[in-house]
Amino acid sequence: MPRTTPSQTVGPFLHIGLADDPYAADEGAPGGLWIRGTVYDGAGAPMPDAIVETWQADPDGRFDHPADPRGARTSPGFRGFARCATDADGAYSVFTRKPGAVPGPAGPQAPHIDVSLFARGMLRRVVTRLYFPEDAAARAADPVLSAITDDRERDTLLARAADDGYRFDIRVQGPGETVFFDV
Amino acid sequence: MTENTDAPAAAPLTVPGFRRDHAAHPPLDYPPYRSTALRHPTRPLKLLPHMLTEVTGPVFGHDRIGDLDHDLTRQRSGEPQGQRIIVHGRVLDAGGRPVPHSLVEVWQANAGGRYRHVIDNWPCPLDPNFDGAGRTLTDADGRYRFVTVRPGAYPWRNHDNAWRPAHIHFSLFGTSFTQRLVTQMYFPDDPLFGQDPMWNAIPDEAARQRLVARYDHGATEPQWALAFAWDIVLRGPETTPFEQEADDD
Ligand SMILES: [Fe+2]
Repeated sequence: MPRTTPSQTVGPFLHIGLADDPYAADEGAPGGLWIRGTVYDGAGAPMPDAIVETWQADPDGRFDHPADPRGARTSPGFRGFARCATDADGAYSVFTRKPGAVPGPAGPQAPHIDVSLFARGMLRRVVTRLYFPEDAAARAADPVLSAITDDRERDTLLARAADDGYRFDIRVQGPGETVFFDV
Repeated sequence: MTENTDAPAAAPLTVPGFRRDHAAHPPLDYPPYRSTALRHPTRPLKLLPHMLTEVTGPVFGHDRIGDLDHDLTRQRSGEPQGQRIIVHGRVLDAGGRPVPHSLVEVWQANAGGRYRHVIDNWPCPLDPNFDGAGRTLTDADGRYRFVTVRPGAYPWRNHDNAWRPAHIHFSLFGTSFTQRLVTQMYFPDDPLFGQDPMWNAIPDEAARQRLVARYDHGATEPQWALAFAWDIVLRGPETTPFEQEADDD
């Protein structure tokens, strides 16, 4: 069997090849919202050469993908994927709709978005998950969040409500370090 | 925003996951690559079981790919300077299956080693006929093909007299979030490998060699372009019939 190809950094010139694609949902989609945030390094400095990618279910918790055993389902005007490089201030923003609950092996997972972060200085991506502040009951039953026993660590996965959607900052290292996953 | 109570009841559902392959990859904390110092998490990563969100991923269609997106030598009015090359190969998973209809993106420096990017300003000319970005979809057999020019090596400031070996950046989506990979393809016998921390960060020499394309005389086109072949292997399913070898983990 072939062996997997090793990862390498995106380097400082990532913008040439990884074009922004910030709309996971069409502009004007019902319930459309912005997720905005800043990516910080271990010194608390914004990272201007990172790129954030998001992947998520549609508002009914379905995926337009053959690996969904319930059947791939297209949701008009919705792609589920977005990508945005950080700007000079380390800020990114993606436009989407809120995902629905997604089934897990022992019951529903709370609505969540899988987030990949790539950057100069990172030899491979890191992965985190975004959850929503209003879903307290669903989050309490979520299998991924339940496995994180430290409240402060768990809170790093929580977006905050904002005027036009949510805010989700990512701290790669240091105080308030975001929880990252071995995916 | 309100609690999402109107979603359909989510009955328990287990999906097959992907095999973990940590040993193949460089660590996030690698002091010889100085920029990793403030950009690696210090807490251990937490295990994320593969569930629906992880085993699915974006599907890209031909509508998002232009006819000349795979040919970096035909994106401007004239042809770029440098050695014209064909870079081709297959995208496979670690179970040996082709990964069809998946997005492959590339970006690279020009023949002199200069990127068309605002922060690249070392004294090497830009080429008015070279942007250095391409994209394509793999075909039904997982094959991809780009036409470009051989990129030059370029200096950086990581260590004394630091030069990156010539490389092409590759971005792959595979078919699932779990398979996402960004990497770099190198050329055979580059004398700059030994001083390159990105190359050296890969713990296993055999794994490093998997980033090196092979000169492909069979695919080289007479009077036109040299060919290099490079297969890319993404993570495969957890349960394959041939799982005896455990040293990828
Ligand atoms: Fe590069």
